[in-house]
Amino acid sequence: MAGSKFMSTAEAVRTYIKDGDQISIGGFTVSRNPMSITREIIRQDKKDLYLVVHSQGQALELLIGAGCVRRIELAYGGVARFAPTGYRFKKAFKEKTIEVEDYTNYHMTLRFLAGAMGLPFIATTSGLATDVTRISGFPEESRGTGKVPAHKLKIIEDPFEGGDVVALPPLHPDVTILHTQYAGEDGTIRIEGLSFADIEQARAATHVLISCEEVVSTEEIRRDPSKNCLPPFLVDAIIPTPLGAHPTACYKFYDYDPAHLNLFREAAQDDDRFRRYLDEWVYPFETQEEYLEKNGEEDLLRIKADPVRGYAPGLDRR
Amino acid sequence: MQPYTENEIMALCAGRLVRNGDILFAGTGLSMLAATVAKRIHAPEAVVFFETGGIDPSLEELPLAVGDSRVMTGASMNTGLAEALSFLGHPKLHVVAFLGAAQIDRYGNLNSTQLGSYENPVERFPGSGGACDAASLASGVIVFMRNEARRFVEKLDYFTSPGWLDGGDSRAKAGFRRGGPLAVVTNLGVMKFDGTTREMYLSEYYSFTAPGKVAEATGFDLDISRARPAEEPTDRELEVLRTQVDPQRLILGPLPEG
Repeated sequence: MAGSKFMSTAEAVRTYIKDGDQISIGGFTVSRNPMSITREIIRQDKKDLYLVVHSQGQALELLIGAGCVRRIELAYGGVARFAPTGYRFKKAFKEKTIEVEDYTNYHMTLRFLAGAMGLPFIATTSGLATDVTRISGFPEESRGTGKVPAHKLKIIEDPFEGGDVVALPPLHPDVTILHTQYAGEDGTIRIEGLSFADIEQARAATHVLISCEEVVSTEEIRRDPSKNCLPPFLVDAIIPTPLGAHPTACYKFYDYDPAHLNLFREAAQDDDRFRRYLDEWVYPFETQEEYLEKNGEEDLLRIKADPVRGYAPGLDRR
Repeated sequence: MQPYTENEIMALCAGRLVRNGDILFAGTGLSMLAATVAKRIHAPEAVVFFETGGIDPSLEELPLAVGDSRVMTGASMNTGLAEALSFLGHPKLHVVAFLGAAQIDRYGNLNSTQLGSYENPVERFPGSGGACDAASLASGVIVFMRNEARRFVEKLDYFTSPGWLDGGDSRAKAGFRRGGPLAVVTNLGVMKFDGTTREMYLSEYYSFTAPGKVAEATGFDLDISRARPAEEPTDRELEVLRTQVDPQRLILGPLPEG
């Protein structure tokens, strides 16, 4: 039965992602972005996606650039030093081709947590008196439709201590997509290193799609259950995908790929060059094997992580 | 005295503001240098953590992003955003956050979201990330800024992260239980905030500039009456910074001329 969760990227995306869905993306800026799933979403030409993320980088850039996105709730859109503000995000924001709602990292994390825990809302003092809590970016007519909450947030009185607090709506994404290091044959998921908000994002979602570096036996993954982070019954699709986060990093397996991210930065700054990037790096590949072949063994060896340190020591990161 | 660069004096001046035992919320760039140099010189018990969840990593190699695997290596714990961001406001911890921004006003309020009006934006930055959370919840904030009139402005285009709000006791009245900016470390000097009005004033200026020049590079009236020269970097400070903290000069950039 568990075996039915193991499928190809194409099948997982076709089965679980529809036009207009609210999608939450795991990882953080240059780490563990679910890139192979992201490329497949673009190949299947999904439209009008509603992204909900905290600090997203590479996957966000690709999806916006490829025209898959209608609206985003986010805290941060950038690919670290390689694009301090994502170029496709910046352009889409300025030209208003997407609707954008700004929150903070804590806001988005709390909203995923509230969704995961079934809380009606969650409150914090973070952001009081700022434009983050005063200004709303989504059009008024979108409020309360589909997954768009009736209010971005509400300033309410703390019923216990008095004073203003920021009440935030929970998130219940249609689909959360993640890339992790391990899955067991039984569907148990293990993340090594920082989990970012991946676990909360998965627990908040209706469907969870996970690509992973390695599949290990049920016996092996259950030998140390305290290291595991999601039980099989929360996971809908598992896609074994070596280097599935490339060109972002996957702790203990590989570093981010500075050469590719620099190439992407050049492409992302111009519409024609970006289209050529998609033609070269996204559309042609039905499988991850073909994508890896295109990158070449030599380039991929360069970013191979030292198993103890978890990154590639001495990597040229300029 | 040795010659030094803007980046070097900025890292050192920010590092001097760290107290032993502080819990430091660091970004990348200069904030990491400031935290590390403080730990090596006068605050060995200070702890650096990252919003992504890396707690007290060894930082053998400098991370280029807070999501870099280099913030995970040798750490006390690798957690996630929920845990790390919850430490910001933890009442038993004295948490000092290092932040940067595109714009700052006289009360240390920050913009890292956009320029232009919200309806007609002319430039977009990445957004708050965890900056607004740190500015809201931490015990104190140290800001790094280039000292330019277009960055030190009368009114922010977008108000991302709370400083002293409108000055006086407005921050506490708005509902913040602690915190507020402690200092702004620029490439010309160090600004602090008046204890009553909470308005920014020039506290220290570097040897290669003068109070009048700092005021010229600030887009609002800056009180320079309390300014004194910044203490020159000691040989030991420069040695630690150059040989232990950033020997490859990934963040420090080129050595001083001469």
